[in-house]
Amino acid sequence: MTATTLAPTGLRFDNIDKRYGGLYALRRVSLEIAPGECVALAGRNGSGKTTLLRIAAQIVLPTAGKLTFPGAAPNTSNGRPGYVAHATMVYDELSAEENLVLFAKLQNVDNPAARAEDLLREVGLFERRDSLVRTFSRGMRQRIAIARALIHRPSVLLFDEPATGLDPLGITWLAHALREMHRAGGTILMSLHGESEISALATRAVHIDAGKIIADTNTGGVSLRSVLTFGAA
Amino acid sequence: MAKRTLFGAVATLLVIAAAYANFFVAPTERTMGLIQRIFYFHAATAWAGEMVFFVCFVANLLYIWKRREQYDWLSVTCAEVGLACISIVLITGPIWAHPVWGIWWTWDARLTSTFVLWLLYVSYLLLRTLIEEPSRRALLSALFGVFAFLDVPLVFFSIRWWRTQHPAPVIMGGSGSGLDPTMSKVFFFNVFVMHLFVAFLIVERYILEKLRHDVDVLQREAEAQ
Amino acid sequence: MSLLSNTSVLLGKELRTEFRSRELLTTTCVFIIIVLVLFSFTVNPGTEQARQFAPGLLWLAILFAASLMFQSCFLREQVNDTLSSLRLAVTDPFAIFLAKLVANTLFLLLTELVMLPIFAVFYNIPVLPNFPVLVLVLFVGSLGIAVTGTAISAISSQARMRELLLPLLLLPLLTPVLVVSSIVTTGLLDRDPVVQWKGIAFLGVFDLIFLTALWLFGQYLLEE
Repeated sequence: MTATTLAPTGLRFDNIDKRYGGLYALRRVSLEIAPGECVALAGRNGSGKTTLLRIAAQIVLPTAGKLTFPGAAPNTSNGRPGYVAHATMVYDELSAEENLVLFAKLQNVDNPAARAEDLLREVGLFERRDSLVRTFSRGMRQRIAIARALIHRPSVLLFDEPATGLDPLGITWLAHALREMHRAGGTILMSLHGESEISALATRAVHIDAGKIIADTNTGGVSLRSVLTFGAA
Repeated sequence: MAKRTLFGAVATLLVIAAAYANFFVAPTERTMGLIQRIFYFHAATAWAGEMVFFVCFVANLLYIWKRREQYDWLSVTCAEVGLACISIVLITGPIWAHPVWGIWWTWDARLTSTFVLWLLYVSYLLLRTLIEEPSRRALLSALFGVFAFLDVPLVFFSIRWWRTQHPAPVIMGGSGSGLDPTMSKVFFFNVFVMHLFVAFLIVERYILEKLRHDVDVLQREAEAQ
Repeated sequence: MSLLSNTSVLLGKELRTEFRSRELLTTTCVFIIIVLVLFSFTVNPGTEQARQFAPGLLWLAILFAASLMFQSCFLREQVNDTLSSLRLAVTDPFAIFLAKLVANTLFLLLTELVMLPIFAVFYNIPVLPNFPVLVLVLFVGSLGIAVTGTAISAISSQARMRELLLPLLLLPLLTPVLVVSSIVTTGLLDRDPVVQWKGIAFLGVFDLIFLTALWLFGQYLLEE
């Protein structure tokens, strides 16, 4: 995938706190992800995975702490990650092509129409480019969501439980897409449940629970498998 | 705790003293008679209410800027106390107006903007009950509070400049304009007393809000286990 | 300038979405017709007195219609969480508001212009004399309604009971607009029409104040 021809960028969380009222969703989370790493974020529901990803996507502001993108070239869209969550974040009432052109134009992508067309071909939606997203299946929605996330050629990619609701074919496609992005030099942070075709791509795994990081394969002492299965294996 | 009780006792005694002054110290007004005595209380409460409204606005701005929950507690405190003040003003006004002018209400600039202020306070407090998450609630209500504060002068001037075709009784001209010296003293004593009493209410309500917050935190922590 | 280009792209999206389905415009037009008809049962249209009341009723109808129309403004961005992708994509979050309020003003104006002939017929009030000034008054009034409506829509979409909350928050705020617009319009549609430029200027000031407030505080309305 023509994901990256830009400077490889890392992702760094420095003592991130996120508080909602009196409750901490994230507590002093520090995590450094090197450029080109593919990190799996494992944790049960409510552990803070989504919050951490949304902070990385800069949709949510941390209550304390800092988020930086080491290596990002200034004044480019490098500092803007590509973010894929469970919601597609595209408009149902617009066509696939209209959606992509919209997001391309907003982010000052050169030649938005051509870029949209390229991405539609890559995700295999070119034939359905004029169909309204409302008519898409779950798998197709996932693909248009990924196309939207990649439109501005981000170096950092964030995925929140990307395999949810996908059939086996969809999962295989997703694994392939992630592999391509990683190969092109992208830095990936993805939240997962358990082991799968997707988790096999991870070079590192981090376990988060109750807003704190409790295990990291980088710091040794734990295997990828044990983190992904929350220590059950 | 003792200080607060003392403060409250003093404030309450002063209110009683003001009431006494209203009825027994101030001379009887020539044309309006007995009913005019409610004016001291009415106007003083109005001033206090407007002061509180301003403090609420400042607290809203401070919250948006600093995000410290104490500012949010101050906002809701001022909103509730302010609502109480304005409610009193809206009730005592017609009580006074009816025997004097034969009408309960008129849509002049001051009354209309006071009534809209009352509506905005109510909306503000209602908004707060409809948002559960505390920091969201604080931020969104603070933002609405800012809009509300910007609106009230606009309401006042829109009525003042465009609804004066129908002659409306001017309630007391400007307070203190050409007032008999004893009346003046009684009036300003009322102003002082109402501000003090309102300050006492604010302190108590603020402490209550802080306690509510602490309980809420404990409850959420307990639920999370 | 990035703000303007983002705004125009987003405005294009708002307009395209609405003109494709036209659901908002049609339902709002029908609603105003119903309100105007109901009002005409309470006053005696066609009399001289009605001529004094009718413009006020028109503006009241516009206000009610607006509080319905603006419901979907931010709710439609919640369906697929497109608000997040917009916030990610734009440089200045104010572009999101600017696009929506321009679109809302346009939709309101369009609805009003469609309503004018019906209003003129029901209440026997000629609207063609001084038509350009009438459009100007409709514009500054609708702009004020749209600016506050867009801001309040952003607030109410994040609370419970949002359908009821929106009018509750919005209508008291719009008191100055209702007062001044109806008086200016009444003067304009009178037998001896008079143009109250001071009133139009006042509406302009209202618009400016709330536009500035939205510009200063808009980003906080979108925060998570």
